[in-house]
Amino acid sequence: MDDPEVGKGAILLTPRMRQLEAEAIGILRETAASFRNPVLLYSIGKDSSVVLHIAMKAFAPGKLPFPCLHIATGWDFRAMLDFRDRRAAELGLNLIVHTNPEGLARGINPIDHGSQVHMNVMGTEALKQALDKHGFDAAIGGARRDEEKARAKERIFSHRTAGHVWEPRNQRPELWGLFNTRINQGEGMRVFPLSNWTEFDVWDYIAAENIPIVPLYYAARRPIIRREGMLIMRDDDRMPLAGGESVEALWVRFRTMGDWPLTAAHESRAETIEQVLRELRESRVSERAGRLIDKDQEASMERKKREGYF
Amino acid sequence: MKTGIEVSHSLLRFLTCGSVDDGKSTLIGRLLYDSRLIMDDTLATIAKDSRKHGTVGEDIDLALLVDGLEAERQQGITIDVSYRFFGTPKRSFIVADTPGHEQYTRNMATGASNSDLAIILADARKGVLTQTKRHTYICSLLGIRHVVLAVNKIDLVNFDQATFDRIVGDWATFASDLGFASMVPIPVSARFGDNITQRSGNTPWYRGPALMDHLESVDVDQDTASKPFRFPVQRVNRPNLDFRGFSGTVASGKIAVGDGVVVAASGQQSRVARILGPDGDQATTAAGEAVTICLADEVDVARGDLLAPLADRPDVTDQFAAHLLWMDEETLPPGRQYMMRIGNLWTTASVTSIKHRVDINTLEKAPAKKLDMNEIAFCNLSLATRVALDPYVENRATGAFILVDRFTNRTAGAGMVDFPLRRATNIHAEQFLVDKHARAALDHQKPLVLWFTGLSGSGKSTIAKLVEQALHAEGRHTYALDGDNLRHGLNRDLGFTDQDRVENIRRVGEVAKLFVDAGLIVLCSFISPFRAERRMVRELFDQDEFIEVFVDTPIEECVRRDPKGLYAKAMSGAIQNFTGVSSPYEPPENPDLRINTASDSPERTAEIVLSHLRGLIRAG
Repeated sequence: MDDPEVGKGAILLTPRMRQLEAEAIGILRETAASFRNPVLLYSIGKDSSVVLHIAMKAFAPGKLPFPCLHIATGWDFRAMLDFRDRRAAELGLNLIVHTNPEGLARGINPIDHGSQVHMNVMGTEALKQALDKHGFDAAIGGARRDEEKARAKERIFSHRTAGHVWEPRNQRPELWGLFNTRINQGEGMRVFPLSNWTEFDVWDYIAAENIPIVPLYYAARRPIIRREGMLIMRDDDRMPLAGGESVEALWVRFRTMGDWPLTAAHESRAETIEQVLRELRESRVSERAGRLIDKDQEASMERKKREGYF
Repeated sequence: MKTGIEVSHSLLRFLTCGSVDDGKSTLIGRLLYDSRLIMDDTLATIAKDSRKHGTVGEDIDLALLVDGLEAERQQGITIDVSYRFFGTPKRSFIVADTPGHEQYTRNMATGASNSDLAIILADARKGVLTQTKRHTYICSLLGIRHVVLAVNKIDLVNFDQATFDRIVGDWATFASDLGFASMVPIPVSARFGDNITQRSGNTPWYRGPALMDHLESVDVDQDTASKPFRFPVQRVNRPNLDFRGFSGTVASGKIAVGDGVVVAASGQQSRVARILGPDGDQATTAAGEAVTICLADEVDVARGDLLAPLADRPDVTDQFAAHLLWMDEETLPPGRQYMMRIGNLWTTASVTSIKHRVDINTLEKAPAKKLDMNEIAFCNLSLATRVALDPYVENRATGAFILVDRFTNRTAGAGMVDFPLRRATNIHAEQFLVDKHARAALDHQKPLVLWFTGLSGSGKSTIAKLVEQALHAEGRHTYALDGDNLRHGLNRDLGFTDQDRVENIRRVGEVAKLFVDAGLIVLCSFISPFRAERRMVRELFDQDEFIEVFVDTPIEECVRRDPKGLYAKAMSGAIQNFTGVSSPYEPPENPDLRINTASDSPERTAEIVLSHLRGLIRAG
């Protein structure tokens, strides 16, 4: 690793943050030691940027002992893809990018087919394809228990049957730190090193460790359409304007990353990490409010999980 | 720059437990709500859901903030451990919400294993119930030192002091002997917020702290840093020839560069040469830190090893006594082998004897031959390898273990080490110079076991007899072990319960091993219905010494033959626990030979077995 003083933000990590960091390092090492062929799911968002940062620490002075996988849907923000390729080069990652070829051939997209079909085909199905294709038996993700109610019961090592099915009633109890990592042929595990982090923890850690994140998290003037009360950034011209809609240049930023037609921005002037932190502490709206895909149905996250969505 | 968190900000992990309807979810919802952690859009969703699923009329049902899964929201119960996060300017909290029904005791133990404090709820109208006692006992067993008794729904008993005092008295009678460092009873109303964040005017007679005050100020410091240094090696980090480090999280104590350490199980010693933390080299490390330690000498260290100081070493043993909580739907029979994880080491282990079961409602000890889900027992365990460990009361990190079913991989049991059994260290295997290879060489044959498994009446013994006759005629030295015959002698103390079947096969396996050691070809005909025991026997032998022959006769055919009239008796109920009728048979997944007696005559099937054998039994 670098010299401890280099590249660090002005903030010292609290004992609590150190504890969460140590826990995440332990989980990542456990995954590398216990599975034949693990992979880090790199979604390019802030959470997986934190996981990646901690993974670099966990295996230093060695390199990451597993590849990174990005499921590209064809509708990722362009800024995300630029950021992904830059970070992969800087860190020397073994990066695998997978897009569902059948979905691509059938032209599945969020505008014509709706968020549910699009996310199912280009997200969930694509992920299963990639795990099967490469024979990955453990997939590390950045999900946190505080994100959503259905996630609050998620295990740190979450068992999937052959076929990637999550059985809520059949998850293993996790006592002490003694994770049961044993799986049978064809089964898999999803691993969540940030399970016990909150959204604030993630931002505090990004600030303290000076972790690079996609510029979309910071406010800038961007081309925005107002649609059903949401601010959607028009990242290219594949999204037709409805009658009466126009593109405005607004100061906005994003709280989560995703496919651009499905991820709402909010008006903000927070251009630095300090301003973002201040804005978050004053906010009275939850993180997922900006995700259009969760609004389709009540308890939608639980259903997505059962189907294999991360 | 400040981000709103003070440097001294600490983290408290606690769990809530109580019976169904005691109001756990409402209490956690209240804590989240009162610490203003609920966002506006979440509240709007909850308000909408309250009208749909809620149980409190027009008010917002705070329980809906935490009852996550669709199924349980519809049933109005919590079915699994869920984790919640909230904070105040003084402390951050991780709450494990654990269900109260009897069948989910295992979930409570899970929450308790990861917590420092427990809030045990009691309904003021119902008082101390069986489950309240159960939860209190499990908290103590899992090493929780601080408990709060939240007497909830105090509004429904008109904030009556006498009711509160009576419940506290009942509870203290039960709990005061359990070794808690602090026991704090608080009268609360989770629904209306009495004594949650501040003392309530409705209970002027109550002089203790509000719940939140207590959570913010209670000192739960386990002082793991002052305990002996324990470092379970998680992974060997060897990126190139110049670097070899041992990664792991310090379980307890502290160590500095230059200090001497010992690899506990092997006794090899060295000194700490380097300590790499998350931000590079550091001079010391202490409990809770994830580091990589480099040693000054080339000593053998692998994942699962434990580094300890020279002066204060853990016990190293392959037998110990422990309290075991059973978590699997499948009953534990003593003798069956499970995978055990202790620290970062996986090994095989079995419960050799159950000394007593603990009735968790009365704390009375009762004899037991098996262990069912949610039962707790004091047992002796035997392991395949020697492991380093400490008693659980001294060290939670090095005294805890889990047992995992070898076929389903379910986490089947959770255990806490009480003490090592010394007798293991005084029995050393004697090595004799005449070994089985020497004995077999005299006979010009390869000793091995032919294990015939199948239903009663499938033809095991018939085929085994024919095979043995043929081998004998060829000049091979053989011996046949048969279930019925052994049950008249060596195993006459055993019946046909699952536990006794396991012990029966264990003994047969050991006898067969002695005969193989004597250089014989051993033919064993046993129903041996369980995969786990057949595997246990297989593992007593070298890979090419054990041949599993599955006599695959369908149950209908066995019933039709019924040579001993046993099926008729079993079906009439005259015989209990009869394999295939009232007791399960688990067919082998990958037998070395599968025999179909429906299509082939006994002579033909014996010939199949013999031709498989001929290649193997000529001495090499």
